[in-house]
Formats: sequence, C-alpha cells, structure tokens
Amino acid sequence: MTQSAEKIVFRKPESVIDRATHYCPGCHHGVAHRLVGEVLDELGLAENAILIASIGCSVFLYNYLNVDSVEAPHGRAPAVATGVKRARPDKFVFTYQGDGDLASIGMAEIIHAANRGEKVCVVFVNNTVYGMTGGQMAPTTLLGQVTTTSPAGRCMTHEGAPIKMTEIIASLGGTAFAARAALNNVKNIKTAKKYIKKAFEFQLSNTGFGFVELLSACPTNWKMTPVKANERIETEMIPYFPLGVFKDVSDEGGVC
Amino acid sequence: MSRIVVQEDRCKGCLLCTTVCPVGIIVQSDRFNVSGYKVAEVCEADADKCTGCASCAQICPDVAITVYKTPKKKKGE
Repeated sequence: MTQSAEKIVFRKPESVIDRATHYCPGCHHGVAHRLVGEVLDELGLAENAILIASIGCSVFLYNYLNVDSVEAPHGRAPAVATGVKRARPDKFVFTYQGDGDLASIGMAEIIHAANRGEKVCVVFVNNTVYGMTGGQMAPTTLLGQVTTTSPAGRCMTHEGAPIKMTEIIASLGGTAFAARAALNNVKNIKTAKKYIKKAFEFQLSNTGFGFVELLSACPTNWKMTPVKANERIETEMIPYFPLGVFKDVSDEGGVC
Repeated sequence: MSRIVVQEDRCKGCLLCTTVCPVGIIVQSDRFNVSGYKVAEVCEADADKCTGCASCAQICPDVAITVYKTPKKKKGE
C-alpha cells in the first residue's frame, strides 16, 4: 500500500433531506433529526416508515426527513399513530413530538397509547419551553426558570413541579422501552442514538411501545448563546431529569 | 491526514463544534454566509492537526460538517 484512499467517516444520512432547516442556531432539533435519520438508514426502514409529525418547532419535520408522513393536530400524534399502525401493521410508525405537544395538550393521548402498548415509537424532544410560540412555560419547565408566562420563574406552589415524562411512561403496562438521553455532548448524543435504535427495534419485533426522551437546548427562548444553552443541559436539566433506561422489557421477559 | 468540510451555506455559527474539538482547531471565521451567520472554519495552519474524530460533525445541529479520514501510511512512504 503506497497510497491510502481518503474515506468519508461522517456525512449526512440519506434519510435526512439535503435542505437548510428553519431552526435557530444551536437548536438541538437538527441533531435529533439526524439521529432518527441515521437509525432509519441503519435499520433500512426509510421506505417502509410512516412518520407522524407534531405541532411545535418540529412541525416541518416532513420537509426534513425523507419518509412518508402524516401531520397530526396538536398533541394527537400518538392517537394518529395508533390509527396508522392498526390500519397498516406492516409499516414502521413513529412520532416525533416536543414537550409542549406531548406533555401538555397531548398528555391523554401519549399515556393511553403507551398503556395500550401500541406498537409505535415516540421520539420526545424536551427543551423545557414552548419554542415555536415564543417561549411560554411548558409542563417540563424547570422550577425557577423564567419564561414569558412565568416572568418571576416557575413556582412550585403555583405551577407545580416539572413533569418527568419518561418515568411516567416507564410505569405503564404497555411500554416496552422508555429511556432518557441528552444531546449536549458527543457521548450523550451517541447514547441517544443507541436508545432510539433500541426503541425502533422493539417495534420491529412487535413487542410494545417505545419511548425516548431527548433533553435539548432552545438557546433563543432560554435567551442564551448556543454554547451556554448546552452547558445549561448539563448543569440544570440533567440533575432534575436523570439520564438512562427506565424500562426495557427485554430484561423482564416481555409485556405479554 | 484527516480534514473536515463545512458546508458554509448551512452553518449557522452556533459554535458548538468549537467546544467539542479535542485539538481546538475550529474557530469562527470573519466571513458571513448568505444567511448572515459567521461560519466556522479550520485555519489552514492548523489543518494537519485534525484527527478525524468527527465530534464536530456529531454535535453540529445543521449536519453541515463532512469528515474525511485517510488511514495512516506506513513509515517511509
């Protein structure tokens, strides 16, 4: 060997459309899209997948992922996914939702879809704020966090504590896999991809409901630089929202 | 030798890549792209320090970085 050929070790996955996104600088939706795209490519699902897009900043997800998609009303993605999966059980069905969509208006849908053990997957992007509408308080907003609707900071006695969705989903009978990862550094991003892949594989084996929460930054509504916002995930979010796998039925012998 | 290529029209100048580079060679340039963001770049003087670890590409929210790696040649070639 006199000359070694140059190899591409990282490039945009095929399932992610080559197009500029509308997200703000430093927004972690882009990382989450890429991870989903990479997993779809690795499992060879792109041709067979149906994405249920939600409302929020990720509303234009169907423009960025090269899969068939249905746009669901606010919070109703798990209900639409239920219908799609039951009508077409041969298809791979997943939703992609933010915390304003999934944890507030969509709370009933997500809880019951998980409890019924629908064979769908949910990618849940938690950035502790309503991003698209201008930074209002979300159910996951941390205590003391200033938003446009909690200008003095979220208060325990008035607004209650931030909801830990992964723990709730993990406690439900139909859930096959529930895990939380963060997108703030390379190690956590790699773990996040592993979790997404695992959740997707549980649907492929027809085991049950798969849920992955991704702690993400929203520099614009947190009023921080992207680098500072990234640090906030480590210093404020991860201590309240612990990372890890909360339920994995492959360790327990299946849901039914 | 390894290298990265930043797709400048996609870069939004968030600088997350600069925080994860293990050799610290990614910096913000003085150039603006069509969207008005100052893009990230690797100075020519530092280009040979790139290890091809792809950390910058992993964290880039806009998938604007492609990483190329050339396997090491044997000595004397």
